[in-house]
Amino acid sequence: MTELIGLLSFGSDGWGDELLEGAFLTLRLALATLPFGLVIGLCVALLKNAESPALQALGNLYTTIFRGLPELLTLFIIYFGGQILLKEMLDVVAPGTTVEVSSFVAGIIALSIVFGAFASEVFLAAIRAVPKGQGEAAAALGLSRWQGFRLVLFPQLFRLALPGLGNLWLVLLKDTALVSVIALDDLLRQTNVAVGVTKEPFFFYLVACLLYLAMSLVSTTCVALLEKRYNRGFAGSR
Amino acid sequence: MNAKSLILAAAVALGTTAAAHAEWTTVRIGTEGAYPPFNYVDSDGQLRGFDLDIARALCEQMNVTCEFVAQDWDGIIPGLVAGRYDAIIASMSITPERLEQVDFSDKYYQTPARFAARRGSDITDTSPEAMAGRVIGAQSSTVSANFLEDIYTSSEIRLYATQDEANLDLAAGRLDAVFADSIVLYEWLEKTDDGSCCEFVGDAYADEEYFGTGVGIALRKEDDDLREMFNAALAEILANGTYERINAEYFPFSIY
Amino acid sequence: MALNDMGPPDLKRAERRTRLFMIFLGLVFLATFLTILDWNLLERYGPRFLRGVGVTFKLVLISVGIGSAVALPVALARLSANRLVNNLALGYITFFRGTPLLAQLFLVYYGTGQFREAMEAVNLWWFFRDPFFCAALTFTLNTTAYQAEILRGAIQSVPKGQWEAGHALGLSRAVTFLKVILPQAYIIALRPLGNELILMIKGSAVASVVTVFDIMGTTRLAFSRSFDFQVYLWAAVLYLFIVETIRIAWSFIERRLTRHLRVSRS
Repeated sequence: MTELIGLLSFGSDGWGDELLEGAFLTLRLALATLPFGLVIGLCVALLKNAESPALQALGNLYTTIFRGLPELLTLFIIYFGGQILLKEMLDVVAPGTTVEVSSFVAGIIALSIVFGAFASEVFLAAIRAVPKGQGEAAAALGLSRWQGFRLVLFPQLFRLALPGLGNLWLVLLKDTALVSVIALDDLLRQTNVAVGVTKEPFFFYLVACLLYLAMSLVSTTCVALLEKRYNRGFAGSR
Repeated sequence: MNAKSLILAAAVALGTTAAAHAEWTTVRIGTEGAYPPFNYVDSDGQLRGFDLDIARALCEQMNVTCEFVAQDWDGIIPGLVAGRYDAIIASMSITPERLEQVDFSDKYYQTPARFAARRGSDITDTSPEAMAGRVIGAQSSTVSANFLEDIYTSSEIRLYATQDEANLDLAAGRLDAVFADSIVLYEWLEKTDDGSCCEFVGDAYADEEYFGTGVGIALRKEDDDLREMFNAALAEILANGTYERINAEYFPFSIY
Repeated sequence: MALNDMGPPDLKRAERRTRLFMIFLGLVFLATFLTILDWNLLERYGPRFLRGVGVTFKLVLISVGIGSAVALPVALARLSANRLVNNLALGYITFFRGTPLLAQLFLVYYGTGQFREAMEAVNLWWFFRDPFFCAALTFTLNTTAYQAEILRGAIQSVPKGQWEAGHALGLSRAVTFLKVILPQAYIIALRPLGNELILMIKGSAVASVVTVFDIMGTTRLAFSRSFDFQVYLWAAVLYLFIVETIRIAWSFIERRLTRHLRVSRS
């Protein structure tokens, strides 16, 4: 047992520092994905809420596709397909130029596309739950459409969307493990490396799981705090 | 702002790098880093191995700066085609199937493939008939995997992302045998602790249709100039003893 | 949803138009797909893809099936007043919901490989030797945790008055639970359970990483030899077709089963 704990030490023969580095990359990837995912989600939700049937269809199609594909497949399609597409585009405008999509960038793109698909459903439900009168009231106060959205509607719908988004964040955190398959040194891949050298798969995969679990639990606490903050004005009515 | 600079700006914004390569001062080389002794990552995170030493010698000979990019085997040809790097030096066999996608330099080594099984297993004959019903592992996307897929149709074939994972499952007893390059297997069987579980069985395989005409440097089809540079440099290091010296550092016999 | 139902008639027409647009866009996609389809490649790998579909289905049906049977006791354990039982169930659910499926699969597959001798001693190695069984076991453990949490929530959201009504009718607690509470809970859980089924179909793609030739595994094999990117698009079309079919079938079942709840609305 002490031998196993020793394997987790920091320094050249322990794997503690490598695993933590991996966990750090996992967190960075998830955090970098979040803003893109949220923006995509909100935009697609607005598409689905638009009056034009064509725009609605576009939004629905986006959700159908990226909610239906396995995340691993989306990742492969972006990683391999995105690269081919980018090269073909560049060959048209600047032949002989090469471009490299790092696995980190491919990971962010794929994960935020998937996050956006699910988040758009959460946002749509929230948009529909904010009473129409709120928008009209904002207009009556002389706010522009954008101001009304930013200052009146968005804070309300964000409060409603928060629990759903919190769940999606947890899903995202776990989905980052898939990028280990496209050669990004995240927590799971670092664990694979450690297993390859030490031949202690059970111990190391268990440690990796516990690290993921710790990240999930911390996230759950943070989301709960955020929800509490956004619900301040509603505490009395409960 | 024209379309070209717009796309370039977008590419930079995406965190990508763009570089023109009209005169080849820098060559980016893709390798796997999980295929000892030919290419692997040491405990300091450095890429090492026979492939890497040959690559460095070639770059020195060609008088270009080389940058190494580690890439998983599964995506190594797509990565070359898409321009992540300009050449693959990763023990890739020259096969007709691959020649449809990429070009190759002349061969820089050639070794046969073999089976390995657990010590004391009852496998003596490795013909497709004798191996029927047995579970055989190989690294996916390799000549060994393709050979198994086509010839050993009544065996159960399992394909792994790295050779290491296949070896791990042979040691654990999930596989009856693994099939891979003989040198790579030799390195594992003879030089590692967990490799002591297993031993070579059967003969060596070198059927040209599957195992190709040796291991070469893979290049994009349009980069004829780079291929000629590599071939010239290869001929030079073979002639001036550099190749022999690197070979001797790894193997007590010539693998050319 | 309620907002839509009560909307003016032209809203319904807009919805129909949206659906028409979606079908149109879908057809455009399909036509593009058919034009790039390489029939030679399809001839070569088509049968393998079909086998891959079979493997994916087997994996998902086994794990979701067994999972749905085990989930109920786990959910009851979570609702139990017994601290120990409750905490055990909580620990199990938290672990499997808080960690990535892929990491769990590695833990089961490579982790058990380490204990071969012990497994052989208790005659379990034949099971863990096979990657398909390892994947099925991992997915079962995973989906059980999710389904148990869904059921727990559903059981708790059945109004308390239902218990009291059962009591007033002189039913025992067990009978009240089985005949009054549980059927209502399953109706509440129907939609999230359907989502869980779809999540499992998508999640099962990670089995390809431990050499299982499911749809994803076949795709990766085909790509590793042909290097033709379109095989990934085939997989995408296959998965979308399966997932959408199940979604539509599930919502049909849901509508049938909840008919009696909507009578008063129309």
